[in-house]
Amino acid sequence: MSRPPGALDRLSFEIVVALLAGAALILLLAPTVIVLVVSFTDGLSLRFPPPGYSLRWYGELAEAWQLHFALRNSLTVAAAATLLSVGLGVMASLAVARSPRLAARLLDSLFLSPLVLPALAFGLSSLMFFSLLGWPVSVTTLVIGHTVVCVPYVVRNTVAALTQLQPVLLEGSASLGASRLYTLRRITLPLIRPGVLSGGFLAFMASFDNIPVSLFLRDAATDMLPIRMWQDLEGRLDVTIAALSGVLIVATMAGIAVMERLTGLSKRLA
Amino acid sequence: MRRRLPDVTVYDLRLASPLALFFAAFFAAPLAALLGLSLKGPDGTLGLAQYAAFLGDPFSLGVLGATLWLGLKVTLVCLILGYPLALVATRAGGRVRGLVILAVLTPLLTSVVIRTFAWIVILGRQGVVNGALASLGVSGPPLRLLYAEGGLVAALAQVQMPLMVLPLMTALARIDPSLWDASEALGAGRWRTFRRVTLPLSLPGLIAGSVLTFAAAISGFITQSLIGGGQMLFMPGYIYQQAIALQNWPFAAAMSVIFLVAVLAVIVAFNALGRLARGYAQT
Repeated sequence: MSRPPGALDRLSFEIVVALLAGAALILLLAPTVIVLVVSFTDGLSLRFPPPGYSLRWYGELAEAWQLHFALRNSLTVAAAATLLSVGLGVMASLAVARSPRLAARLLDSLFLSPLVLPALAFGLSSLMFFSLLGWPVSVTTLVIGHTVVCVPYVVRNTVAALTQLQPVLLEGSASLGASRLYTLRRITLPLIRPGVLSGGFLAFMASFDNIPVSLFLRDAATDMLPIRMWQDLEGRLDVTIAALSGVLIVATMAGIAVMERLTGLSKRLA
Repeated sequence: MRRRLPDVTVYDLRLASPLALFFAAFFAAPLAALLGLSLKGPDGTLGLAQYAAFLGDPFSLGVLGATLWLGLKVTLVCLILGYPLALVATRAGGRVRGLVILAVLTPLLTSVVIRTFAWIVILGRQGVVNGALASLGVSGPPLRLLYAEGGLVAALAQVQMPLMVLPLMTALARIDPSLWDASEALGAGRWRTFRRVTLPLSLPGLIAGSVLTFAAAISGFITQSLIGGGQMLFMPGYIYQQAIALQNWPFAAAMSVIFLVAVLAVIVAFNALGRLARGYAQT
């Protein structure tokens, strides 16, 4: 008979797990912290730690009209793609969520497939497709392309919310004489609202940050923020980009905090 | 007589038709167009000339191989670091768990350009790593971390880590904690409990996380181009170069199809591996 494992076994396991988890946390958070600190530098370079602190690059940011233009385009496209994704995605989720049919399962996988498909290949194929149709690239083609890659977030979150919904609530409503539409409006939709909201939030963020699809479907008139930032970074390292990153990081964290309040975003994702 | 109630819990499948039509028109049709264009040879004839050109070219095959290999390395790093993090977060519960989830969510929702930009600041000549080495008194020329594979793997691992941690947390939260107690009561140590109970039961999350991480790492165009620089070429950059700089659409289309098939093959392999391992764990 082997001896039961002792304290060494327990200790070694706990130490290894704690060290690796700590390393993972540092890896996850350090880059964000470093960008935030560097954005307050008073120098011209991206040295960390900065030689001194000032708000000069945030001042420069207020003058950077090219970035403002790209930001406006990105916000417009993200808002439109989110609305379209939520509209189409919620309807589709209602249809596939509880259906036992094979067709529903297949549709569900289809709607989620853009998540694992390399988006760059989809961006290229959209460009080829629209040029075959003779549609010039525009805000419309951008919104269409973004919607395809954003819909999965809405479908995944809405389907999850619908599967957690107690069927007895719907049956109760129906047995009390409510019509299907009334039950949908007064029972189903309010109860799945947190799932729809967090799906919509993730879709908005995915569209706002999308590069692989925008790269092919935009032109000079529809410059998009992440692409402008990427091209600026390829050319030279600009501290204005650090200031812009600072603004976006704070806006993202505020968005997460609001969504956490409204929907319990973190519970939905983990 | 009792009136039969309509089944209100299931909705008409026809509600899915707007999205299904949208996907047919703007997802499936473009992919079909891609496939069609890839069959156009250099002289305008239909055929597999573009595929033959890619598959017969050692350089192109090398790019494909390097891309898949990069994906595997990033997935492995995410797994080694992400699994313990998910384990700690799941067991801790309450406040710690919430903090870990926020720590995972913030980078997930921060723009990929910003996260990659942060790595340029960390890895550059005057960057954090070289600065720390210099202040520790390590002499010699600054380390070349930017435009090098190690730096790229680290940056991609950070960018994709949340995709690994979140599904793992879901899977780990589903394990009944009394199984751990039972395993310990029966004399298995922590390591053995991990190997024989925790790991097999978390396989669905592990597979889902690995698939998402892998798919995102190999198509992480921005990080690849900014950290990898011009020296290292991967499939997304190669496709972009052929399509936009050289306007060689049929070849770019064939490359995209080959890339898609390779990604799908790896995903299927991941899933098969998962099923195999699950079967093994149950015996």
